[in-house]
Amino acid sequence: MKSVVDNMNGEYVLQLQHIRKEYPGVVALKDVSLEVKKGEILALIGENGAGKSTLIKTCSGAVIPTSGKIIVNGKEFSSMTPQLAAENGIAIIYQEFNNVKGLSAAENLFLGNPIRKGIMIDKKAMEREAEKAFAQLNIKINPKTLASDLTVGFQQMVEIAKAIQQNAKILIMDEPSAPLTSSEVESLFKVCELLKSKGVSIIYISHRLEEIMRLSDRIVVLRDGEYIKTLITKETNVDELIRLMVGRDLKESYPPRKNCIRDEVILELKNVTGNGDKDINLKIRKGEVLGLGGLVGAGRTELAQMIFGSARKTSGQIIFKGKEINPKSPREAIDLGIALVPEDRKRHGALLGMSIKNNINMPTYKRISKASVISSKLERETAEKYKEQLLIKTPSLNQLVKNLSGGNQQKVILAKWLAANSELIIFDEPTRGIDVGAKFEIYKLINELVENGKTVLLISSEMEELMGMSDRIIVLAEGCITGELQKDEFDQDTIMRMASNVKEA
Amino acid sequence: MKSNTIVNQIKDKAIWIVFLLMFIGFSIASPRFLSTSNLFTIARQVSMYGIAAVGMTFVILIAGIDLSAGSVITIVNIVAAYLMVNSKFSMVTATLVALLLAVAIGLLNGFLVSTIGIPAIIATFATQTIFAGASYLICGGVPIYGFDERYKVIGQGYVGPVPVPVIIMVICFAIGSFILNKTYFGRYFYAVGGNEEASKLSGIRVGAVKYLVYALAGLFSGLAGIVMLSRTNSAQPTAGLGYEFDVITCVVLGGVSVAGGFGKISNVVAGVLIIGVLTNGMVLLNVSSFTQMIVKGIVLILAVGFDCLQKKRVQN
Repeated sequence: MKSVVDNMNGEYVLQLQHIRKEYPGVVALKDVSLEVKKGEILALIGENGAGKSTLIKTCSGAVIPTSGKIIVNGKEFSSMTPQLAAENGIAIIYQEFNNVKGLSAAENLFLGNPIRKGIMIDKKAMEREAEKAFAQLNIKINPKTLASDLTVGFQQMVEIAKAIQQNAKILIMDEPSAPLTSSEVESLFKVCELLKSKGVSIIYISHRLEEIMRLSDRIVVLRDGEYIKTLITKETNVDELIRLMVGRDLKESYPPRKNCIRDEVILELKNVTGNGDKDINLKIRKGEVLGLGGLVGAGRTELAQMIFGSARKTSGQIIFKGKEINPKSPREAIDLGIALVPEDRKRHGALLGMSIKNNINMPTYKRISKASVISSKLERETAEKYKEQLLIKTPSLNQLVKNLSGGNQQKVILAKWLAANSELIIFDEPTRGIDVGAKFEIYKLINELVENGKTVLLISSEMEELMGMSDRIIVLAEGCITGELQKDEFDQDTIMRMASNVKEA
Repeated sequence: MKSNTIVNQIKDKAIWIVFLLMFIGFSIASPRFLSTSNLFTIARQVSMYGIAAVGMTFVILIAGIDLSAGSVITIVNIVAAYLMVNSKFSMVTATLVALLLAVAIGLLNGFLVSTIGIPAIIATFATQTIFAGASYLICGGVPIYGFDERYKVIGQGYVGPVPVPVIIMVICFAIGSFILNKTYFGRYFYAVGGNEEASKLSGIRVGAVKYLVYALAGLFSGLAGIVMLSRTNSAQPTAGLGYEFDVITCVVLGGVSVAGGFGKISNVVAGVLIIGVLTNGMVLLNVSSFTQMIVKGIVLILAVGFDCLQKKRVQN
């Protein structure tokens, strides 16, 4: 908790005081306070899930805080609306841009608020004004260029110009550098500095600590929805930031497991490149839980997709059980014995509108059919078996999966892969959005899997989970492996350093 | 929980309740309505819709649409008749060739939708135009007639008091229901319509499923075309014109979600019967055909609108 600073001399343009946000069963923000000075760049950092996005969304009105105050230029609000935010000069540049691809840069700049001549839009005037607006930011964009023809960097510039055009005094940017090339990042920095010199305040969210050290004036650290500390950039260093971001005590909440690792290498990747990843080399032994660490967007899911056949590699080799494989579809990977429990359970994992029984049997229906006719006996027996084994809580196997809790949905997804005799099971954020009790059950299931000779590749952004469950951890950053740690080397600071791709101090 | 399932069951059968009310209403309004011969007339009239509706149900279940159904009916008429009359093919061969063509058109739709990735509404609209034009070219714009008397059996024959086309329709419904409830690929239709991405990640070859569904849709439309040819005893270049819309109406009335993933044949039967009863009843009551069109349009809006409103309420 942080004591609230008063705004005696009107130094602060934006103050968030005691912001709390509760969702059913979760507290996303606990009593977070911060303030932004006029013309400063304030960085907001924290691990995945620390509450950064939720916090900034309270400023735009996309999230209504449960309690707390938002003070903009001395005006107090208990919550914002998008309109209020705009009126008070707050603009957010999201990771997904709100531009219309088929319209020109100028038209996008005036989207929703075009310059008109009677009932007609005045294209000439808009292009003239756009030219001025871009010139003010020192960016070279032809106002007539279609948004679809602009690079990601320039599209972002149009967004920034639009915010400034609408008189934004507080600009909030959520991971603005993530999609950019390094030269585009340089241009972005120049624009930020320019805006700062014009008295615009910027809240800059980024995983990239080196950028933040270069660009920001002050840094606010969040962890698990809590305010941790505000630092003056000049007086801190990357090591301190990492320590503050991860510095929690590890709770011993992981079920014990005996060592099941065999000598046999079940999966080997040799120089695998493609789908955003570069030159990935790794080996997994049978019975091992290999953790893949990294920040959101580090290329872990993309790697899983290539192994599972839902995306193609461009070069390199995937060797599974001693044979080179090249799965062109999930079906091929499944038939080889590879399974994926995807990150987005509701969109990619389960067929929500279908029953538990249907979901569990989906990959194996063909196998349990004779002359295309499903054996309803086998169908029921399989579903029954895994319902018992995984303790899926349901009154009936005909229950639709959308009516189950997150934990039980996850078990249904796992059940279908067990029914399909998978040997390597890739879990992508298996416990996201699942309550604590169900989490523990999922962990026990992972242990049972490896104890029964299966192998697990565990992608997790939860540091604790990664360290608690893995036998070994490989860390990715920006599509490359940046480090590997054996069980006795596990350490939050080291993992975070590898994930942020910060060289040894 | 329990009352909830009862409500759900009533909702599930709502279309049958609508059918019953309509049935009772027309029985009271017109004394001729409830005669055995009139009821079989209704069944015979809807048989072609019913047959084509089975294939259309599959297509709509996977969140697709088949606008080429009417043209498939037309070209099957024209090609079968042409082969019998001009090329002196036997009835069986001509029929089989025409049905193969219908399946081929379905596969073409599957190719366009699945392999090329054209939205179903555009792809099947294009094939509709192509095969309507092709039909005119084959017959030179004039009807083809003068084939074997025995060919009439399919469309005009009776087994006891039951018209043959009604028997064919019932068999088609049974096959459709069997595919959806008993076969593994029927299960895939629901999965693909419900969530294509999750289906793919569950190991379903989504592309192959789409080919199969459009091919089956072609086959069932083709069967409807054969029944029509036999019923009218001549092949008209306008035979199936606009047919797809009536078929889609039946399927959607029967509660198959246009968004895909939900629906069953038993309710589509009710949808088909409602259209049949509505048309027949209005004719008996001397409602003009223009007014009939308006009524059918309103019925479609009511049926789908009711469904959409409920979904909206659930979301809120």
